[in-house]
Amino acid sequence: MSAMIEMTGVTKAFGPKRILRGVDLSVGRGQSTVIIGGSGTGKSVTLKCVLGIIRPDSGTIHVDGEDVTYARGRKRETQLDKMGMLFQGGALFDSLPVWQNVSFRLLQGARKKTRDEAREIAVEKLRRVGLTPDVADQFPAELSGGMQKRVGLARAIAAEPEIIFFDEPTTGLDPIMADVINDLIREIVVEMGATAMTITHDMTSVRKIADRVAMLHEGVIQWEGPVAEIDTTDNPYVHQFVNGLPEGPIEAIR
Amino acid sequence: MTALTHIQDFLAGIGAAVLGLCRATGALVLFAVSGVMHMFVPPWYPAELGRQLIRIGYFSLPVVGLTTLFTGGALALQVYSGGARFNAESVVPNIVAIAMTRELGPVLVGLMVAGRVSTSIAAELATMRVTEQIDALTTLSTNPMKYLVAPRLLAAVIVMPILAFIGDVIGILGGFLVGVYRLDFSAGTYINTTYNFLTLGDITSGLIKAAIFGFIIALMGCYAGYHSGRGAQGVGGATRSSVVIASVLILASNYILTEALFGT
Repeated sequence: MSAMIEMTGVTKAFGPKRILRGVDLSVGRGQSTVIIGGSGTGKSVTLKCVLGIIRPDSGTIHVDGEDVTYARGRKRETQLDKMGMLFQGGALFDSLPVWQNVSFRLLQGARKKTRDEAREIAVEKLRRVGLTPDVADQFPAELSGGMQKRVGLARAIAAEPEIIFFDEPTTGLDPIMADVINDLIREIVVEMGATAMTITHDMTSVRKIADRVAMLHEGVIQWEGPVAEIDTTDNPYVHQFVNGLPEGPIEAIR
Repeated sequence: MTALTHIQDFLAGIGAAVLGLCRATGALVLFAVSGVMHMFVPPWYPAELGRQLIRIGYFSLPVVGLTTLFTGGALALQVYSGGARFNAESVVPNIVAIAMTRELGPVLVGLMVAGRVSTSIAAELATMRVTEQIDALTTLSTNPMKYLVAPRLLAAVIVMPILAFIGDVIGILGGFLVGVYRLDFSAGTYINTTYNFLTLGDITSGLIKAAIFGFIIALMGCYAGYHSGRGAQGVGGATRSSVVIASVLILASNYILTEALFGT
């Protein structure tokens, strides 16, 4: 199986703070990899480097066999067309009604569709994430947190991406809603055959949606392996994190 | 020894401030150039431009009208009482007309719109930055400079001359009302004097100024919002610095423009 996302030696520093110190990570095609790690360890930065929102200082990132590390303009946009992203807070555009949020990408650019078509697709995707068509004309601010998450998910999958990124998909949701979203993510990723890259520190979420798990600490991937092995591995970082132990190589004060 | 350290600290402080200013100026200029370039390169977002035209232009009309109306009126009173000192009460229409079109129209409208629009653009973009909406635009293959910044810059440049012209008319009307109903000018004389005295250059110079002020207003709103810090404090800081810098730049560039247009 060829790798869909291949990161080699990716580093990134913000001023004197070295966030990523050589991240090596390979995500197989059609696989769901979850990156775990404490807050402030660079999980978001890793994700944003692959998306091209943050430019790494050194190292290379290949997506679908193409070097995208410093891609710009059209080339970057063609790459981004393959990707969908669910942001932590939803990041819905609050000036636009829900349906225009969902089909944002279909309303402009290379794959522009007519408004009616775009609206139809939006309603269909909303139904897929468990929302009724009457939500389509509401504005994001009128929705609950769980519903916003669903709309964000619908937007991420609207253009049938090959790769979907999830940034802490369950943060800020109650346990029941978190479970529903986890199931939804799993179902959608499987049925679309998409490659998924998720960052989270919610272990329930990890067990639900991961094929493989990567543990990020101090800017390096400390461990990478199948989800079944997270309880049996003798890697001290993973052991401490999975079991939430105060004692171990990860210091509690960050 | 300690005296020396104090002097060093003092000099280092000045140096850091100067470097910071240079860096910020450079970043602002690059941002402006990029924003202007994106105005001319497709894809364009006409719906977004339309929304900004209405927001920046149409909704600024009340504040523009009220400001210039009262200023025109006050100006007429001042010129009358000042002119009375050397028996030149009759110049009221001339001075009101020239002051409104050349200076007060564009500058006052610029400052009022800066207060209204720079702040609201800055707060909007800063919130979008903080809630990752700007990142979300990027992931949806949409360049935020094109989608957010370029339409706002273009809308402000289009709309400000129109607002300034409306401001000119209403300001002169304010002078006219005070002149006729308070200072006993004859309506016909007032209008005739104004009409015969004003040249096209008086009006166009003011409108050129207004277009440049419009660019400054939108640029500062966008720049401050786009580079906002995190959290509620970041949004507040962006809003404040947008209006402060926009106002100062408007007044400073007004002098330079006046020098360029009328300096001999």
